[in-house]
Amino acid sequence: MPGITREEVAHLARLARLELKDEELDHFAGQLDDIIGAVARVSEVADQDVPPTSHPLPLTNVMRADEVRPSLTPEQALSGAPAQEQQRFKVPQILGEE
Amino acid sequence: MTVTDLVSYEDALATYEPVMGLEVHVELGTKTKMFCGCSTTLGADANTQTCPTCLGLPGSLPVVNATGVESAIKIGLALNCSIAEWCRFARKNYFYPDMPKNFQTSQYDEPIAFDGYLDVQLEDGEVFRVEIERAHMEEDTGKSTHVGGATGRIHGASHSLLDYNRAGIPLIEIVTKPIKGAGERAPEVAKAYVAELRELIKALGVSEARMEMGQMRCDVNLSLMPKGSETFGTRSETKNVNSLRSVERAARFEIQRHAAVLSSGGTVVQETRHFHEDDGSTTAGRIKDNAEDYRYFPEPDLVPVAPSREWVEELRKGLPELPRVRRNRLREEWGISEHDMQSILNAGAVDLIVATTEAGADAASARKWWMGELARRANEDGVELAALPITPVDVARVAALVAEGSLNDKLARQTIEGVLAGEGTPDEVVDKRGLKVVSDEGALGKAVDEAIESNAAIADKIRGGKVAAAGALVGAVMKATRGQADAARVRELILEKLGVEG
Amino acid sequence: MAAHELIKLTAAETAAKIAAGEVTAVEVTEAHLARIEAVDEKVHAFLHVDREGALAQARAVDAKRERGEKLGPLAGVPLALKDIFTTEGIPTTVGSKILEGWLPPYDATLTKKLKAADVVILGKTNMDEFAMGSSTENSAYGPTGNPWDLTRIPGGSGGGSSAALASYEAPLAIGTDTGGSIRQPAAVTGTVGVKPTYGGVSRYGMVAFSSSLDQGGPCARTVLDAALLHEAIAGHDPMDSTSIDAPVPAVVEAARNGSVQGMRVGVVKQFRGEGYQAGVLQRFDESVALMKELGAEIVELDCPSFDLALAAYYLIAPSECSSNLARFDAMRYGLRVGDDGTKSAEDVTALTREAGFGDEVKRRIILGTYALSSGYYDAYYGSAQKVRTLITREFEQAFEQVDVIVSPTTPTTAFPIGERADDPMAMYLADVCTLPVNLAGNAAMSLPCGLAPEDGLPVGLQIIAPTMKDDRLYKVGAAVEAAFVEKWGHPLLEEAPSL
Ligand SMILES: [Mg+2]
Ligand SMILES: [Zn+2]
Repeated sequence: MPGITREEVAHLARLARLELKDEELDHFAGQLDDIIGAVARVSEVADQDVPPTSHPLPLTNVMRADEVRPSLTPEQALSGAPAQEQQRFKVPQILGEE
Repeated sequence: MTVTDLVSYEDALATYEPVMGLEVHVELGTKTKMFCGCSTTLGADANTQTCPTCLGLPGSLPVVNATGVESAIKIGLALNCSIAEWCRFARKNYFYPDMPKNFQTSQYDEPIAFDGYLDVQLEDGEVFRVEIERAHMEEDTGKSTHVGGATGRIHGASHSLLDYNRAGIPLIEIVTKPIKGAGERAPEVAKAYVAELRELIKALGVSEARMEMGQMRCDVNLSLMPKGSETFGTRSETKNVNSLRSVERAARFEIQRHAAVLSSGGTVVQETRHFHEDDGSTTAGRIKDNAEDYRYFPEPDLVPVAPSREWVEELRKGLPELPRVRRNRLREEWGISEHDMQSILNAGAVDLIVATTEAGADAASARKWWMGELARRANEDGVELAALPITPVDVARVAALVAEGSLNDKLARQTIEGVLAGEGTPDEVVDKRGLKVVSDEGALGKAVDEAIESNAAIADKIRGGKVAAAGALVGAVMKATRGQADAARVRELILEKLGVEG
Repeated sequence: MAAHELIKLTAAETAAKIAAGEVTAVEVTEAHLARIEAVDEKVHAFLHVDREGALAQARAVDAKRERGEKLGPLAGVPLALKDIFTTEGIPTTVGSKILEGWLPPYDATLTKKLKAADVVILGKTNMDEFAMGSSTENSAYGPTGNPWDLTRIPGGSGGGSSAALASYEAPLAIGTDTGGSIRQPAAVTGTVGVKPTYGGVSRYGMVAFSSSLDQGGPCARTVLDAALLHEAIAGHDPMDSTSIDAPVPAVVEAARNGSVQGMRVGVVKQFRGEGYQAGVLQRFDESVALMKELGAEIVELDCPSFDLALAAYYLIAPSECSSNLARFDAMRYGLRVGDDGTKSAEDVTALTREAGFGDEVKRRIILGTYALSSGYYDAYYGSAQKVRTLITREFEQAFEQVDVIVSPTTPTTAFPIGERADDPMAMYLADVCTLPVNLAGNAAMSLPCGLAPEDGLPVGLQIIAPTMKDDRLYKVGAAVEAAFVEKWGHPLLEEAPSL
């Protein structure tokens, strides 16, 4: 199994929206390389013909009836907002798609 | 790239074969959101229809809306799809402020419906089969308003405001397989497909599918390959093309644009494109490079959906007659041409005409009123036919009054005018306006006598065998009765009184 | 009854005295609040003490009793709630700076159940940030001390809850267990902790770390108290799709009828070896011998895939956490950093997450992002889910031969604060015996089985039962507890130095 490079860590941090500092990148790259080296063992079973388990219990079809339940009040909904305006969450300018 | 750089449509099609992929998102008309019990009613005040789950508050969890799943299966069945025996939701991970959890709960490699087709009929009656790749369940995002920019657009805005009422509303995403072989008719096929899908969704009763309300949104993926080639070219993804006409225009524009790029030796960039309603053009959006990595994995907070075969068969039995089949049946029943049927469809009059016949009118007169007088009025007022303040029952009553001879066409039009003006039911309008045909033989006889007297010369001609001249006398009587007489009866009376055989 | 005596009562005893009118709920609550005031500066088990709320709840219980209403089995008993469950209007931080000052607008289902049972919630307890850790050193609000030795860790992530119990600040506590966060703290503090079967206790309102592994559960000083609390918080919740829609196993009845007579008890060969402290193994072996004496049949088991549990866990849990923690983006609640009017939402999100998350959280988010990214998914996440299947199968095969499995809860006793703080792999080893249970969804308990001779610190015995057979934990646990208490002459906690 390949290890992980500092550049990869930087890329992952961008994907995960973490503005890591340079020294953190160095630090984490080393630690993550160790961890990945250890956990890569799971690929020992990669070829085995066993189904993956995503859920610990074999439940299926848990659904609710299409019935309206009370919502929060807008005051409650916005109670934790770092900023608000016109009963809406106020956020910094959004880049990207229109 | 500007419009002037495009190659002509004909030249583009002479060299290249278009390949399309259409992705349609339909907002379901369920009472509640896909994963929480918040109402989906449109037009509510901002952030009044949110809860911990659809706001993505820490600790909240989703629970699947059973009607959402049922609707997805119905759509899948109507699209001739296989329905998964077991499938899961998956998380599509990407950050965007309108998405409260910063992942969309969607489906990935296990859609609830897959491998189907939809036959669409083009205007000339040709049927084209569009293959369906999949239909899957997911959730909508919140709505952002951009503040401080010149036009409310994202660029130049100082900040944005978020309303999460729409976040979590159920969506069904329907994806076609690559549509090949449509050639120059590709844009027409795209439009016909979306139109047919919209009719289907409405017929199933799972959504009103109103494109102008954003309840149905279409992405048009398009690429060109040189004629004779089997290798697809690089595609562009034109997002949010939200009317039938736009779907056709976007496809057409992209064909011309791709052809221009390719013919000049360039390469098409894989990117999203924005469609502009004003001039029908598209402009570049985000480049789709490999940095995009949604890190899909099975949603651990939701258990798999395993629709029993009994349930699926029950839903299949309950499917309504498919729109295309119904349309063809009605066309035959009504004895009209493909072209006329298409006009009725375009006018949104099919259901209105059917309802009018169900209220007792014969199909011909129902069609005549809806496609004539009423279509004209709707057009003038700029509203949908169905939005006019007149019901099929009213129209059927007008038709009945005409059939029994109480109204002639002119009076019937005045009656309809009165109903549209809010003066009441057709009978009330006839009463109030005094529109009944004058059938009192005494009064009519008197008017005929007067007309003969004051037009002695014409009367003599008629007596002399020039029966055709009777028209002038009929006109005089009609004028005298302000149009409220039955013209046929007037003619009979004139001939009778002058002793001439009609 | 004097305050110093009240705080040493079990929950069952406390409830009985309140019900009988021997003491009021307000007196009990005040005794515990006074204890917190006296010792928590040193222990730091609590992040928030809700003095007013607790007294109001206590007064309501006393009023109920005065009106002659029947009281529930835990009415008026104080409890320390892990700061991972939402409490309406009461701060909920999950041990993270990113949620500092957040007042949830809703109660978790578990919070509602506690209130409905008339349990008195004293406050919210310290924890490793987002439940990631085995020492509570990862809390953004400073570590918690182990009441046995304040320079040592109280376990984690639920170190605040275990320390609150061991320092007599509360007779009951709530924990959550994703890889051992209830059981390992119980083991190193000489208390009892139970991870119910996955789906047994609602996760609605429990801030998610790893959704397919997280499970809330009871913490107490005795097996019976844990059972009473278990019954109060368990049961089907329509707000949690993974909640089991079946009756709660009869855990209280089992705790009142402890026995291992005729039971087949499995010992898995993979749960010992390198890295296990000699004193821990010694106490464990004695426990097994004791069960044999009490009439159990001991069966040796081989579960080879358990050796891969740690690796699978450290792929699955980070993967799920990388997605679960994406919602902390500075848009709707919690911390916002860098919003000076010039930065984009994207930048503010990244700056906030950088400032608001601690190192362990960042490490796991990056690790999880890696394991799920295209090109690596099959090798890492996909393989880990296969390991999960194998471990589940080995448990199922094992439970065809035995009624319960036992092991040490953790390979070592409490280690000194700071010792493993910057050595993630060493830290992860603390959970090597508890992780397989989370991967398979089984139920498990840790209870004290003595002190390690070399350091005089508590050792935990882990009992594992099949899914939905949580009652077996209590039946076996109660029998072992009774035998030990008889042997020692008193509960183990009495040997802890007084604070
Ligand atoms: Mg989609
Ligand atoms: Zn909601």
